[in-house]
Amino acid sequence: MKTRLIIPLLIAGVFCSLYAFKNNPSARWMNLPTTDANNAGLKLPSGFGALVVADSIGKARHIVVTKEGNLYVKLAKPVKEKGIIYLKDKDGNGRMDEQTGFGNYGGTGLYLKDNVLYASSNDEVFSYKLNESNEVLDQNNPSKLITKLKKGRQHDTKSIVLDNSGNIYVNIGAYSNSCQEKDRTPGSPGMKGCPILDSAGGIWQFKADKLNQSYGDGIRYATGIRNVVGLDWNQQSNSLFVMQHGRDQLNGLWPDLYDEKQSALLPAECLYMLKKGDNAGWPYVYYDQYQKKNIQAPEYGGDGKKEGSKEYINPALAFPGHLAPNGLLFYTGNQFPEKYRNGAFIAFHGSWNRTPEKQEGFYVVFAPFKDGQPTGEWEIFADGFAGTDNVMSPRDAKHRPCGLAQGPDGSLYVTDDVKGTVYRILYTGK
Amino acid sequence: MMKKLLFTALLAVPLTLLVQTAAQAQIQKKTAAKATAQRDQLLEGKKVYSKFCASCHQLDGGGVPNLNPPLSKTIYVLGDKSRLIKIILNGSNESLEIDGETYSNPMPQLDILKDEEIADVLTYVRNSFGNKAGAITASEVKAQRTKKK
Repeated sequence: MKTRLIIPLLIAGVFCSLYAFKNNPSARWMNLPTTDANNAGLKLPSGFGALVVADSIGKARHIVVTKEGNLYVKLAKPVKEKGIIYLKDKDGNGRMDEQTGFGNYGGTGLYLKDNVLYASSNDEVFSYKLNESNEVLDQNNPSKLITKLKKGRQHDTKSIVLDNSGNIYVNIGAYSNSCQEKDRTPGSPGMKGCPILDSAGGIWQFKADKLNQSYGDGIRYATGIRNVVGLDWNQQSNSLFVMQHGRDQLNGLWPDLYDEKQSALLPAECLYMLKKGDNAGWPYVYYDQYQKKNIQAPEYGGDGKKEGSKEYINPALAFPGHLAPNGLLFYTGNQFPEKYRNGAFIAFHGSWNRTPEKQEGFYVVFAPFKDGQPTGEWEIFADGFAGTDNVMSPRDAKHRPCGLAQGPDGSLYVTDDVKGTVYRILYTGK
Repeated sequence: MMKKLLFTALLAVPLTLLVQTAAQAQIQKKTAAKATAQRDQLLEGKKVYSKFCASCHQLDGGGVPNLNPPLSKTIYVLGDKSRLIKIILNGSNESLEIDGETYSNPMPQLDILKDEEIADVLTYVRNSFGNKAGAITASEVKAQRTKKK
């Protein structure tokens, strides 16, 4: 009796679901994986959920998602001689269940375009041809596109992105805080005509298909940029956007000009739209988000008020100091609600330079954009990575967001380089 | 005879006690003085630490992963005093490895600090963050500074 009742009910249930799937647009979310009970520990806007898709893979930096939904993740330091991790979801439940790897070098940069995977070490850039399923054809023999890039001890990572005209852009970070004669030394003046800028402190442009390029083959696309980790190509405005890591230690180096509170908030972490030839002014100026202008750096005669030269560009957006933007992604998917389309997600790794104030960051923010122009205030989108609201020292943070990527269905992926967790954020509407 | 002995013994006990107490008091006084001196050095050292060291090495001495090395229980802090003093006087810009991790920010040269300030801050660091190691004196710093010149 019971079984006879269950079977028709089951059949009816299946038909109802199919009908709903066909006719109700929201029902396509049924294809999305189930989120973790606690949303993987993240605090998200209502309607969003999250799950952990991979864990403990190493110091996970930048990430790309293939159209099949598989992941490549660049590690800062290889694990078992594998610096690029390839993750596959074989059973389709959204959690990655096969992990392989290749590329025995540490680094940050990773980008996928037109069946080619681009990856960087801290002084070279490689490309790997992919097959029609976006799997690497020859893991051991990548093409060396760019070599012999300047690598200091500081800001040595080389983030990469491509445009739609066959060019690749590489960040070469300044191996200094503010180009002082004695780096990070209280009272030391700035070097005249900062010599670092010849080979670092900017974005260089190279050809995406030419082998063994170095400085002579590329051009310094934009200069006066201290260090960039998060960058992306805005497809609407067809232009390069980068997030600069602003200078440290205004109070520690110039205690007569800045108190500890000012030093915790200044200077701004800037989002720049870069055109060829732009100069953002490092190390001569920094952007003050309260005075809303470029201020002369104390190493170069500044006093915290004196405005810098007008030749330097202003940011598209300015965020509070020291938050350490490590990932930038312009969202082009349609899974998330309309307001997110073409807007910027920024992963902030979290500050260390706010002592004795508490540290800030450790979250992903969203800023609305249209045609490459910001259209409103930024807001915190995903928080809770640190596992505590009170991070006094970055070591207190359990996870720190780093890389961002968009899945083929419009899901947002976030890496963490402390525990090697990969998160996937979905819009469920619930 | 027995009575005399007993009397002497009875007299001797309080006498000994008296002498012992006096000696102990003197030792305690000395230790207290030493402790005050040590405590002052720690207090002064903490002030220097907050101003010149905490922004990178953090208030808890834990450092910053990948950037600034921790100061707790490392051989660079607890080991050879002269090497430690020289790191302050000369700075350091090499990748020192601690527990398999390296740190990329340079240590600035802080020879602007006085001998006593360096002695204080190093004594503070060697006795904070879970560390326990001997104090460093101003004359030890001076000796290294003179050698350098």
